[in-house]
Amino acid sequence: MVKPSEQSSHDSERTLALRLRVWRQLRGGEGHFEEYSLAAVPVSASFLEMMDMLNEQLIREGKDTIAFDHDCREGICGMCSMTINGMPHGPIPGVTTCQLHMRNFRDGETITVEPWRARAFPVLKDLAVNRSAFDKVIQAGGFITVRTGSAPEANNTLIPKSIADEAMDAAECIGCGACVASCKNGSAMLFVGAKINHLNILPQGQPERERRTLAMVKTMDDVGFGNCTNYGECQAHCPKGITLDVIAKLNRDYLRARVKDFFSSTGKARKGGE
Amino acid sequence: MSASSCYKNCQPASIGKKIIMAFSGLVLAGFVFGHMIGNLTVFKGAAAINEYAEWLHAHPGLLWVARSVLIVSVIAHIWSGVLLTIENRIARAGGPAVEVTRQASLSSRTMPYSGVIILAFIVFHLLHFTFRKIALGGQEFGADVYKMIIAGFSQPAVAFFYIASMILLCLHLSHGISSVFQTLGLRNQRWRGRLDVVATIYGWVIALGFISIPLAVLLGQLK
Repeated sequence: MVKPSEQSSHDSERTLALRLRVWRQLRGGEGHFEEYSLAAVPVSASFLEMMDMLNEQLIREGKDTIAFDHDCREGICGMCSMTINGMPHGPIPGVTTCQLHMRNFRDGETITVEPWRARAFPVLKDLAVNRSAFDKVIQAGGFITVRTGSAPEANNTLIPKSIADEAMDAAECIGCGACVASCKNGSAMLFVGAKINHLNILPQGQPERERRTLAMVKTMDDVGFGNCTNYGECQAHCPKGITLDVIAKLNRDYLRARVKDFFSSTGKARKGGE
Repeated sequence: MSASSCYKNCQPASIGKKIIMAFSGLVLAGFVFGHMIGNLTVFKGAAAINEYAEWLHAHPGLLWVARSVLIVSVIAHIWSGVLLTIENRIARAGGPAVEVTRQASLSSRTMPYSGVIILAFIVFHLLHFTFRKIALGGQEFGADVYKMIIAGFSQPAVAFFYIASMILLCLHLSHGISSVFQTLGLRNQRWRGRLDVVATIYGWVIALGFISIPLAVLLGQLK
C-alpha cells in the first residue's frame, strides 16, 4: 500500500492490472463469486470509476453489468456500499468507496468485492443491498415534530457551542451502513446511536426524547439488526469517524427512557381514593 | 398470542438484554473478588481458612441470601448471553467471505467460548469443593477445609484445569468489565482506553489471586 505522500509526480500516470472477485447475485437467487481481469486501471481512478471500467468491458463483451450503489461520488451521500477485501469502504479508514483511489492497491492484486452482509440488508442484485431498514428506524423517531411554515427566529433557542458541535459530530453519519456491515453481530447501534445523539442533545429534540429513543430501538430490533457486544469494529470502519461514544450515550438514554416510562405519571387520583 | 409473537414481545429489547448482562455480570465480578479474598486466607494457615469456613456456615441466612443472588445472576447472565449470541449469529447472515478484524479484541471475540468453559468449570468446582462428590478420592474432610484444598490441588490435572479456567476468567473479565461501563453509558472516548486498562488489571488480579493457591500447592509451598 502506497501512502499519498510517497507518490512521485509521474505516479498519476501509472496503471494497474487487476483480478477482481466480484459477488454476482440475481434478484431472489443464490449468489456466487465471479472472477474478472481488468487491465490499464489508472491509479488516479476512484474505486467506483474502476467498477465503471469493468462494466464498460462487460458491455463490450455483451455480458450483464454489475449492479452497485453510488450517487454523489464525493463522500457525503452514503450510497456506495461495497465490502472490499473484507473491509466496508475498503482499506483506508475514514473514506467512502467513492473516495477510495486505486493507488491504494498493488499491480496484479486480486481484489474481493462483496455486498454489505447482514440479515437486515438483503441483497437486491450483485453488490446492491436494500437498506430501507435504516429508513424504518428513522421513520420511528429520527425526526423532530415542528410547525412548518415561516422560519423561526434563529436566536430564540440558544444552543451552547459545545452541544452544537457534539450534535454536528453525530449528524456527520451518512447512513451508509458500514457499521452494520463491519459488525460481527450485524448490529446497527452506531447508526442508531448517531441519530439519537444528534437529536437527543439539542433543545429541539427534548419533547420527544424518550419516545424517540424507545421507538427507534424497538424498530432497530424488529427489522432484524443484531445486538451490540462492544467489539468496536463499527468505529474502526465508519467513514465519518463516528465513535463508540454515541453507543454509550444511546445505552444511557435508553436506560433513562425505560426508567421514566416505568415510573411515568399514572394520572389524577380517582374519586373514592383509588 | 402465538408462540412466535411472544418470543418477540415477551423478552426485553436488545439494550434491555445487555443491561441485564451488565448488572448480572457486575454481581458475579464482585463475587469472584470476595471469593478470592476469602480463599487467600489459606496462606495464613489451616486455622485461618477453617475459621473463615466455619464462620460462613454459622450464618446460613447470610450464606443463602448471597447464594440466591448468585444463582439468579448466573441464570440471568447465561439466559441473556445465549439469546444475544443466537440473535447475533442470525443477524450477521454468515458475514463476508473475507473477514477482517480492525479493533475487536481477542477477549471480546471469545466471550461465548470463555463463558461456556467457565460454566463447565463452575459445575466441576461445585461438585468438587461444595458438594464434594468428585476428585477427592472418596476421602471425608468434614470441617477441615484446608486439608481438602491441599488434597484437591495435589492432583495436577485438577490444578491445571483450575489454572486454565482462571486465565479464561481473566480474559472474560477484561472484556466484561469494560463492557459494563459501555452498556450503562458510563464511558466516552477519553475514558475508553483507561477503563479497558482497569478491566484488564481487574481480570489479572482475580486470576493471579486464585491461581496462587493451586500453584503454591503444586510447588510444595502449601502442605
